[in-house]
Amino acid sequence: MIRIEILKPFALAMTSVFCVGASALAAEEPTQGGTLVMALQQTPRHLNPAVQSGTATGGPGAQLFAAPLRYDEDWTPQPYLAESWEVADDGLSVTLNLVQDAVFHDGEPIKSSDVAFSVKTIQENHPFKAMFEPVTAVDTPDEHTAILKLSKPHPALMLAMSSQLMPIIPEHVYGDGQDPKAHPQNSEDVVGSGPFKLVEFKRDEHIILERFDDFFIEGRPYLDRLVMRIIKDPSARSIGLENGELHLSTFESVARDINRWKKNDNLTATPDGYAAIGPLDWLAFNTASGKTADINVRKAIAYAVDRNFILKAIHLGIADEASTGIHPGSPLYNADVETYALDIDKANALLDEAGYEKDGDGNRFSLNIDFGWPEMKPKAEYVKAALKKVGIDVNVRASADFPTWAKRISTYDFDMTWDTVFNWGDPVIGVHRTYLSSNIKEGVIWSNTQSYQNSEVDSLLEQAGIETDSTKRAELYAQFQEIVADELPLYTTNTLPYHTVYSEKVGNPPLGIWSSSSPMDLMYLKGE
Amino acid sequence: MIQRVANAALLLIAVLVLNFTMMHLAPGDIADTISQSMGGADATVMQQIRAEYGLDQPFLFQLKTYITKVLHFDLGYSYFYNQPVTTLILEKLPATLLLVISAQLLALVLGILMGVYAARNRNGFFSFLVTLFALLGYSAPVFWTGILLLIAFSLKIQWFPVAGMVDVTISGGFFTRALDIAHHLFLPMITLASIFIALYSRLCRASVMEVLGTDYVRTAKAKGLPERSVVYKHALRNALAPVVTLAGLQFSAVVSGAVLVETVFSWPGLGSLALQSIIARDTPTILGILFFSALVVIVGNLLTDIVLRMLDPRIASKG
Repeated sequence: MIRIEILKPFALAMTSVFCVGASALAAEEPTQGGTLVMALQQTPRHLNPAVQSGTATGGPGAQLFAAPLRYDEDWTPQPYLAESWEVADDGLSVTLNLVQDAVFHDGEPIKSSDVAFSVKTIQENHPFKAMFEPVTAVDTPDEHTAILKLSKPHPALMLAMSSQLMPIIPEHVYGDGQDPKAHPQNSEDVVGSGPFKLVEFKRDEHIILERFDDFFIEGRPYLDRLVMRIIKDPSARSIGLENGELHLSTFESVARDINRWKKNDNLTATPDGYAAIGPLDWLAFNTASGKTADINVRKAIAYAVDRNFILKAIHLGIADEASTGIHPGSPLYNADVETYALDIDKANALLDEAGYEKDGDGNRFSLNIDFGWPEMKPKAEYVKAALKKVGIDVNVRASADFPTWAKRISTYDFDMTWDTVFNWGDPVIGVHRTYLSSNIKEGVIWSNTQSYQNSEVDSLLEQAGIETDSTKRAELYAQFQEIVADELPLYTTNTLPYHTVYSEKVGNPPLGIWSSSSPMDLMYLKGE
Repeated sequence: MIQRVANAALLLIAVLVLNFTMMHLAPGDIADTISQSMGGADATVMQQIRAEYGLDQPFLFQLKTYITKVLHFDLGYSYFYNQPVTTLILEKLPATLLLVISAQLLALVLGILMGVYAARNRNGFFSFLVTLFALLGYSAPVFWTGILLLIAFSLKIQWFPVAGMVDVTISGGFFTRALDIAHHLFLPMITLASIFIALYSRLCRASVMEVLGTDYVRTAKAKGLPERSVVYKHALRNALAPVVTLAGLQFSAVVSGAVLVETVFSWPGLGSLALQSIIARDTPTILGILFFSALVVIVGNLLTDIVLRMLDPRIASKG
């Protein structure tokens, strides 16, 4: 009794010390609660990323469904639904140890059979066939262990196990025999495994998400509600961010708006967080027919087109330089390749050498340039002006809409075109398709529409696809990037200027490599 | 009247065939935009999509299938919205009708009031101001007016919300919700009405001026009726016929104006759906909206006829 009485003041003192410590830390400590309002630029078809690719579904999908892994800013996999994982020495199997006691939104436990079901559903229905192509079976020795069996080593699997690409969906809901692509519960009454559950999805209006109280990570998510408002008009989003109606917006790319936000004290605009999505702008060439089939013509064009002008004058300094088909934010990016710095003399010399002398008017020949969407027009006009200096007369061809352009490019009715292509995580998923000679497929946009063929590149990519040693793998990709920078089936100029904009009230905005297509359980509202 | 309805039905069929043919003539197809939304798709996936939409069939067969389906009230399925087109359009229709009808009424009421005022005070300063204001509204591009209003009343003075039709953070009874929708409706309604106020007020002014010079108005004045009663009871009713005709004809223009206004204000109606579907080459949805728009315009014209007959019985007898 007495002893306790004596100790009490001491204990009180200790408590108050702790309290002081806690309040001093409070500025950085996430707070619980609140409703965060963010913008979406488009209405997703539905909310199930297992059967729908793209970031429109990936954003809300990553909140509704958990994946085996999650990634931090520097591409290191972190435990998520899998608390640990092992890759076998021969690379032919990957074992996932699932979190115990994890449950779906309807209270059913998340089991290894759900992982097997999810993989099967994705394999059968997702348009990215390369992701899980080597997976031959998923063994489930017990409820919390899933073993992915592979026909060949498949390092790309690690990035494919992120929320954007591998949501874990409940077999007892989506395995009821209906076509998973058209399942009614993809849009309403979604039964997910992620930090938030669906309250309401109104097309063209909003998606309202609510904290899932039994989420398998204790104490998370921090937010009570996450409201995604679908606002397609960039000016309206911009005003909404500035007047405080919106807390967060991702995938913003209008240079004028971004530069204005950067000056706004209440807002932060950052290009961080898009490395895995990996959006790149490039000038693609038809390497099979026409003047651009000549490698020297392609090189001359690259020397005559000033990447710096594109970065500074067209993108107003908000896009980053990129010189290969792999995003510069990726650890596999090789910056040490031929970058074709502006050199008009060299361009002229190359064209002379190729046998295209200037005629009396100073012209050598004519080329068409295409562009897929209106935002690309300034770049096409710039190429016209730049190539005039070396005697190439460029005709800028507009397309009425995306399908018109896609038809031209995928049926090889073009000389060169501006294009934007995404890496989608591992190069196996989003990079190989552009270069493999086996992927020259008429009528398919974003296949190897350049008709580029190099057996050395084919074999390098094949080896890199199955190389489990990360150093050796990086070397293979470095070699690949060197060759394609030299042979130039396409001339990469810059990353897309995607920016994430958020108000000063937002803590932990989604700035990892998958941007908003990652779980936002860590995001919070300050001062709630 | 029966002949008019039969004509309308024939016209609808013609519209169907024409729309389908035009969509078919455009290079590329929905498979391209579906693959775009997927971030690129495999060759086999592309083939599947084209087979699913019957795009691998000959044109006349596709046309026949389409017409047959429409005659069975099946407008097809929208890939991008993952819904039957009919459901989609009916879901969006109320928002557009609310916007279009309220803007049209506002434009008519203001236009007529301004027109009458301008006709009675031909050379007044205020009359000049009214005309100037109306002309400004008419000549400014509607999306520009919208953005300016947004900057003024959403950003600088934060009176109205930026986008959408409801505030999802507000919950409450019918009255609260109606008030919330009205709050969101205000700016888009003003924006859409701004184009038509000038049109109606100019026409109304001319028409009232003409009527004020006629014999029966002089008679009415001569028998000592007060000025106000002469203008509003005798003159206006007769002066309204051309305004109503124009309003009926303009109904299609209001609907197309709604496309821009809805896009600027993220108003969840048919207009923004139309724009989105055109960009996405969502063929079933585009065809569905065109069909509905044709229907709306035809019905609008029929209604105009009926109103005109009520205003002026002579029209009915002329048949």
